[in-house]
Amino acid sequence: MIIRKRLAAGACALLAALAGGIAPANAADGPPKDSPKVELVLDVSGSMRAQDVDGGSRTRMAAAKQAFNEVIDAVPADVRLGIRTLGANYAGDDKELGCRDSKQLYRVGPVDRTEAKTAVATLQPTGWTPIGYALRGADQDLGTDGGTRRIVLITDGEDSCGQPDPCDVARELAAKGTHLTIDTLGLAQDDKTREQLSCIAEATGGTYSTVRHTKELSGRIKQLVRRAETPVETPKPVQGADACSKAPEIGAGLWTDRETFSEHRWYRVNVKPGQELRTSVSIGADRAVDRDYGVLVRAVSEGGQELVRGAESGSGRTDVISSGLRFPNGQSGDKDEKGKESRTVCLEVSSSFSAPANVKRDPGLPVELAVDLVDAPDNPSDVAAFGLGRGWVLLGVLALTGLIAGLVWGWVSRWRVTVWRAN
Amino acid sequence: MRLPFKAPTTRAASAALLAAAALFTSAGAAAAASPSPSASAGEDGAPTEAGTGFRTATVLKQGQKATADASTGDYLYWQFPAGAGQQPQVKATVNLPEAATRHGSAVWQLDVYDGLRRRQACTSGEPTKRASEQDTSVTMTCTLRTVRPWAERWANDPLPGAYYIRLTLTDAPDRDHGLPVKAEVEATAKDAGGARAEGGEVAPLHAAAVKEPEDGWNGSWWSDRWAWTVGGAVLGALAAIGGYVLTRHPRRSAQQ
Repeated sequence: MIIRKRLAAGACALLAALAGGIAPANAADGPPKDSPKVELVLDVSGSMRAQDVDGGSRTRMAAAKQAFNEVIDAVPADVRLGIRTLGANYAGDDKELGCRDSKQLYRVGPVDRTEAKTAVATLQPTGWTPIGYALRGADQDLGTDGGTRRIVLITDGEDSCGQPDPCDVARELAAKGTHLTIDTLGLAQDDKTREQLSCIAEATGGTYSTVRHTKELSGRIKQLVRRAETPVETPKPVQGADACSKAPEIGAGLWTDRETFSEHRWYRVNVKPGQELRTSVSIGADRAVDRDYGVLVRAVSEGGQELVRGAESGSGRTDVISSGLRFPNGQSGDKDEKGKESRTVCLEVSSSFSAPANVKRDPGLPVELAVDLVDAPDNPSDVAAFGLGRGWVLLGVLALTGLIAGLVWGWVSRWRVTVWRAN
Repeated sequence: MRLPFKAPTTRAASAALLAAAALFTSAGAAAAASPSPSASAGEDGAPTEAGTGFRTATVLKQGQKATADASTGDYLYWQFPAGAGQQPQVKATVNLPEAATRHGSAVWQLDVYDGLRRRQACTSGEPTKRASEQDTSVTMTCTLRTVRPWAERWANDPLPGAYYIRLTLTDAPDRDHGLPVKAEVEATAKDAGGARAEGGEVAPLHAAAVKEPEDGWNGSWWSDRWAWTVGGAVLGALAAIGGYVLTRHPRRSAQQ
């Protein structure tokens, strides 16, 4: 696997280098269709004029512009980058208009460095902060065709529009099953901004950082863009049922689902004889939840008998709670007829997450289900390696046995000689 | 059944594979004239990024020191391989943000999960630590149980395969979230010795991404149990000869 990946990566790099060398102007032949996509969403609201970055020597806007220039220079060849602004155009007091002021500054695609930089240079701190509205726009900009999708939101304040609530928007976008991650960067350190940005990041499995220096800002954005590039297996959506008989059949692979509080979801897996079923379940805490929580995954036979379970509980701050189980269908040394035919195993996933009353229930918590079917050797063998012994007692027993055997052998042969002589 | 002949063959095979892998990778690297883009690695090949979930966990080799720049509150993930008979040990150090920007003490925690994402207990070490407001860094350690080559399916004993490391902040003032930190993680493994050399075999857990340890997933075929058993057999044989000689001796003296 690793070899193949490396080779492929090497080949890709070579191709990219070749393509870059031969036709630098032809940007349309850039990255393949499923290459990762990142959209930078920049707040250009009036407050970005504040001069408090790098210890007060630079305005927030100047810092953001410099960071963007550095990021544009460093974008890896196979990442498609887009830029969207919010609050860049409407300077008036009409909330209605101000809260719909978000525009795509640079379309998501292969980056033309000069063009992108020119576009960024024209920005002037202007209007409102419609974060929720901008996130929806960014999600549309990214499209839905393959590849990882990432939004990096850079802002210096909370949403000044109220509706839609950006945190709800983030959760709604994450629940669409399009593998969207939103990372947030805060240029201001007030409590409300931090709370809102943390909430947005938490809802999509992203990260939140505060920024005080231009260097931190550009470093962090570059890191997030690089992160988008890391190849990762994307889970397939599945919808579990509330009973085994109605449950969808899933095979080996990575699956994702949503499960509301105290809901149980069932899935079915067909396990061939000699195979071992391995399942890991992670349930994400993508909103404010109560302090104590747990997860339970059970493998149940079609008849309703529990075969094996995995459970975990915890308390305190967490991103996910996970557990797993193994279930081999028959063992190699098994004489039992049962292990000779494939069987359906039902998986039941539940969690004991709970949340304060003011927390939204829908959509449910994200569930990630990793199912693996391996042709497993599951040989209990002997408890000790190769059945070998160890220790002084073993030595004593062997020596004593040897001594007794020698003595008996000696006496027997003496007795035989005596009998022979007598005859 | 674990046969004594099998282990050396798999070892030889894996050695051949490794050699082939080395050839291929160097060839690939030479062709590309630059390291592969996905491996954001430092000078010695150690990773300089961390994953943000089980799926994106950065692959580590045993003994490699991985670093990562992150923000307080991020969940950082790595994964490393461990084979049977090994006792994995994880050490994580976090260089905290400047004391001037912090508003209180912070609790950091190191969790280790097996390939099935089941949390594994630490037999020793300090996986949770509270850093006071003045501390510049905090170090967590966790030593796992000995990895067993086989376990019943109802047990959550550590088995050969990948192990996930999760490093995060569990408690701190809200105002301290999002500040820049630098994390450093190292996973090593100690050989548990012949006393813990066990039999049996299972396919390694979720081991597609990580590289097989030097001694293979099932550990080396050699253990000091061979010495004890062979030594015992020799001792038994000598005792048998001694016993035999003892019974013959009186007859020889009688003949004189």
